[in-house]
Formats: sequence, structure tokens, C-alpha cells
Amino acid sequence: MPTTLDVKMKEKKTSQEGFATAAVNQSLKPADKIRLLRDMIRVRRFEERSLKAYTDGNIAGFLHLYIGQEAVAIGTISVCGKNDHVITAYRDHAHALGVGMGMGECMAEMYGKATGCSKGKGGSMHFFAPEKNYWGGHGIVGGQTPLGLGIAYYLKYKGLKGACLCYLGDGAVNQGAFHESLNLASLWNIPVVYIIENNGYSMGTSEARSSAFRDCLAKRAEGYNMDWDVCLGHDIYEVRAKTQEALIRAHEKSRPTLLEIDTYRYEGHSVADANKKKYRSPEEIEEYKKTKDPIFLFKSKLIAEGVMTEEAYEAIDQEAKAEAAAAEKFAEESPYPTPESMQEDIYWEVDHGRTSQGRIFFNDDEL
Amino acid sequence: MRKLTYREALREGMSEEIERDENVVIMGEEVAQYNGAYKVTEGMWAKYGDKRIVDTPISEAGFIGMGIGASMLGLRPVMELMFYSFAYVAWDQMINNASAVRYMSGGKINCPIVIRGPANGGTGVGATHSHTPENAIANVPGLKVVCPATAYDAKGLIKSAIRDNDPVYFMENTMLYGETWDVPEEEYLVPIGKADVKREGKDLSIIAHGRCVILALKAAEILAAEHDLDVEVVDLRSIRPLDEETILESVRKTHRALVVDENKPFCGVGAQISHLIQSKAFDELDAPVKRLSSIDCPAIYSAPLEKLQIPNVDRIIKAALSVG
Repeated sequence: MPTTLDVKMKEKKTSQEGFATAAVNQSLKPADKIRLLRDMIRVRRFEERSLKAYTDGNIAGFLHLYIGQEAVAIGTISVCGKNDHVITAYRDHAHALGVGMGMGECMAEMYGKATGCSKGKGGSMHFFAPEKNYWGGHGIVGGQTPLGLGIAYYLKYKGLKGACLCYLGDGAVNQGAFHESLNLASLWNIPVVYIIENNGYSMGTSEARSSAFRDCLAKRAEGYNMDWDVCLGHDIYEVRAKTQEALIRAHEKSRPTLLEIDTYRYEGHSVADANKKKYRSPEEIEEYKKTKDPIFLFKSKLIAEGVMTEEAYEAIDQEAKAEAAAAEKFAEESPYPTPESMQEDIYWEVDHGRTSQGRIFFNDDEL
Repeated sequence: MRKLTYREALREGMSEEIERDENVVIMGEEVAQYNGAYKVTEGMWAKYGDKRIVDTPISEAGFIGMGIGASMLGLRPVMELMFYSFAYVAWDQMINNASAVRYMSGGKINCPIVIRGPANGGTGVGATHSHTPENAIANVPGLKVVCPATAYDAKGLIKSAIRDNDPVYFMENTMLYGETWDVPEEEYLVPIGKADVKREGKDLSIIAHGRCVILALKAAEILAAEHDLDVEVVDLRSIRPLDEETILESVRKTHRALVVDENKPFCGVGAQISHLIQSKAFDELDAPVKRLSSIDCPAIYSAPLEKLQIPNVDRIIKAALSVG
């Protein structure tokens, strides 16, 4: 019996031709290609280290791992220019590393430490780096989709030639806020690119059991008179080529795109997903790992292209592992935020000098 | 001094800020070509054009969230909710995103957005359109809540709200839009978080916000004329931040307090004020603090009962006389 994923892949009218020859990929120098591979490896080794820290009891709450999906975040972000912005949901570590955030500040954030990217106030789901055009890291399914629209609205309002890549999962496509955003994006010609990272499961519920659609989820865009496309997320060349098309549409025509990228997560919805091996078969997971692992595939491609060797790959991998281990050490050794800092970073004016008057926090007992 | 209606004062305040700052954008349902469902933005689209005055589809979660996103980068959207009751349609955006994105980013982001609209009952539009969510919103750290009672305050506070670097949720009242007050020609600001003693008195402090202030002032006249009771009326103007000092100062003077608001009683704004008075002016009190709120049922449609449900002059007088 075919798996859900097989059926979905078959139904989709994705081009099977190679994307290595697309202009955006042809222009890549060997060093650029190695960097793409390295960035994917860094994500995986960071996530593995995070999982270890979680199982060791050092990270609390939710931990949504990105392992298996690496080519999506790294590939899409790799084609962004200086006025292109990124916002995503709670599976946000790869995007953070992709825009250039450090492993140390990200790991420390998950440890709840003062040195974390959000000073320990956000956690795994809420990484931010506005100075790197990265606007989070959002915990509510679909809740970031109007925000991404607003980021792109700002760019258009200011006359900047840029776009916002706004990511969501396949489980978010049924949220009202997302549909409202699609309508506004198309109605007002907002340069936003909605990227559905379709890993086949909204938590433990398969795509087929969550969403009513014809052919694919992205086709829903037709109802909003919006361009759409589908993409195989294990091929970083294809991810880059299709993202580039959407970015050009945003930059040149100020038109939005709905891009559905098929991918797969090896771990559960979160580490706390008790049923991660019950709602899908072990064979399905193994099959993807064997035939579509994005890192293995790209490494093989680069070796075939003569850009990479096994030895060079091994060196990059060791380096990524060491970087992740150092991040863990940094997080472990960092201090927790002070109780006094709990009431900082809430109101801009409290942090910068009051502009209003009156009492703004209301605890009877003082810390 | 010239007279302006509450809606004209709001319009003038917003217009001044549009002219002052190119990042100010007015958005909402019917705010542009239709000239505003309650005519607050009348004439603004003709004057300022499509870029600054933007009609949105009926899509509160979408356009409010969009405004919040744009504010993260520095736009100053002034979003109109046709009724503040529609905040619940945009609740995730207004409560989760606008309030917490600063905190969750460790202070890297702020949202200089204003979300304004009428938050009141009393107009026969039933339970879905008569909510007063100032208490619920003021419960959320990161948000500010402002409820002006007069045209003067509406103009001065909308200008402060637009210049504020944090999200300000600005609650108006459809029953005040057509009322007139003195508003000076020259520019002024009313600071957020500063209460205003609208009437001085020595026997009883009535603490209120929004239209309840106007009702309290009317009640105070009758109480003075018919019951020889000299009432002080404190207008909170801002719920969060809260001017505790002005409230306490008044209570220290009168030794009696009646807190009036249009919230339902449970966890309404009055509960917070009442707690403040008992905890910081307990020894000053000659009687327990009294609260007057809307009757604890969904907003009723039937006109005579709706008049009874929300605070009115008669209910305020009765409550004032019952303070021991």
C-alpha cells in the first residue's frame, strides 16, 4: 500500500528535471555550494545537540526539531537579498541559523539563559534577530502569517525592493488568519512569499486527514488569484530555483506567491510527541531517509560535480559537531536572567525612559 | 473657546499626526471612501489619499495582524475597529503578537501601533456589538489601554497614543461621538497615564472612565442640588498605565469612594481600583468602597432594560447615596 507521501508526490505536478542548471544555481561558485551544504549540516548537528540537551533535562517546554527539512530553510534563505525578510512559526531554529544567528545564543535561549538571543524570555519557539531581517519564531499556528504580510506591506510602503518570506506548516493552512492574509496579499499586491513547509503531518494528523484540497495545498492560491508553485524540498537546487522565481515576482511585480515545499521531518512534531512512530510507519521514515535525505543528496551531488570530497565533508561535519558542542557548553555556563529582568523588555518606554505617567506594573509584592 | 465634537477632535488629532509623521497610516473597514462607519475619519481619504487612509476588507485578524507586523519595522498604523467588540476576531494578533513580541525577542522589537474604536453598549446593537474589553486588555502586560471621556481628552490622547512606541488600545464611545466640548485651536497632548479630576468635591470620590465620567458629572450635579452631597469626579482617562496617585489623593480627601465603569462586575476595571484603594488608603476610608458596573448579563437588546443594564445617572445617584 502506498504511503500518504507517495500518493501526494504522485499527485503533484512537480517538474522532475534537474534544477542545477537554473540561473540562480549556475551562478554558484564551489565555495557557495560548500557553504550551502555546511549550513544544512550545521542545522542538523545543532538540532541533534538540542535533542540531547532536551533529553538530559536542560531544555524545557517544546522542542520542534527540523531534522530532515534542512534544504528548505537553508535553500530559501540563501537566495534572499538585503531587503528580503524572514518570519516563521515555531520550528524556527534552521531559519535562525540560516540568517546568521549564532548557535551559542540559540542554544542559550533554549536553556533559558540571559545570554540567549531573547535573554531567555522566548524559548525554542521564539528566536528573533531583526538586525538580520529575522522576525521570529512564532508559537501560534498560522499566527505569524498576518505579521509576514505586514512586514512586506512596510517594504512596499517605504518603496523598498524587497519581500518577506513567511513560512508556515501544512497544519497552518486551515487557519483563518492565513486565508485572510492570502486575500489581502493578492488584493493589495503585497510582496510576500508564503512558503508552506509541507512535512505531511500537522502534529499527528496527516495532510489527508487535515486538509481538503485538489492536487496540492498551494493550489488554494488560485481562489485568491495568486501565483503558486510546488517544490521538492529535498533538492536544495530546486528549492533555490523556485524561491528565486517567487522573489523576482515580489521584487519586480510586487505580487505574492504561495509556494508549497514538500519535505519530511524525521523526529516527532515536538520532542514531546509521544506518538511519533504511531501515526506513520517506521518504513515511511526510513524510506525518506534512504532516498531523499537533503544533506546526503546534496553531498552526493557535490561529490559528483567534483566540488566536494568525502574527506572535506567529514571535516565540515566534525566542525559543525564541535560548534554545536561549544554552543551547549556556552549555554550551560551562562547565567540565568535575574528576577529583576522579568519586567524588562515588556514596554519600550520602560526600557528607554518613561514617556507616559502612572503605574504600569501591578504586583502588590515587590521582588 | 471653539467647540468640537468628540469625533471631530479625534479626526483633528489623527490628521495632525498624519501631517507630522509620514509613517502614520489609518486603516480599517470603511475608513476611507465611505468616510468611516461613525464618520470619525470623514474627509481624510479625500485629503490624504490612498496611501495614508486605507480601506480594509472585513478581515480583522488579517489586517490587524498586518498592522502589527508593519509596526515591528517602524510604521505607525492607526487601526480602526468598527466596534471594539471585533477585537475578539483579531484576539490572537492583538493579545499574543502585539503584547508579547517585544518580550519574546528580549526587547529587540516594539510595536508602535494604535488600535482604536468604540467600546460601549447602550445603543441597541445586542451582545455581540456591545463589549467593553478594557479590563481584559489591561490584564495583558505589554499593552496600554486608554479610554477618553471628552473631545479634549480624545484629541490629546490619540496624538500621544500615535507617538507612543508601545501598542496603545484606544477605546471610544459611539454615544459620545456627537457630543461637543471645548477644544483649543493650538496643538496640545494629553499624557497617557494621567488621570483628571473633572469635578472637585469633598464628600465622595466617584472614579470612572469613558462615558461613565460624563454620567458621573451629571449625577454629581443632582447629588449636590438635591442631596447636599459634594462629589469629586476622577476621570481615569488611562487604564494601563494607571494614575494611582490621583485616585488615592482624592480618596484621602473625601474618605469615600464609588467606582463606576461599564464593565461587567467580575474582574472589571473597578475591581482593580477598589483593590488599590483598600490596600493603599485603607485607613482613610470611612466606608467600604462601592462598585457600580453593568448588570451581570450579556448586553440585552430591549431598550428600556439596556438603559438599566449599563450605568446611568439614576443608578449612580442611588449607588452614591448608599456609600455608608
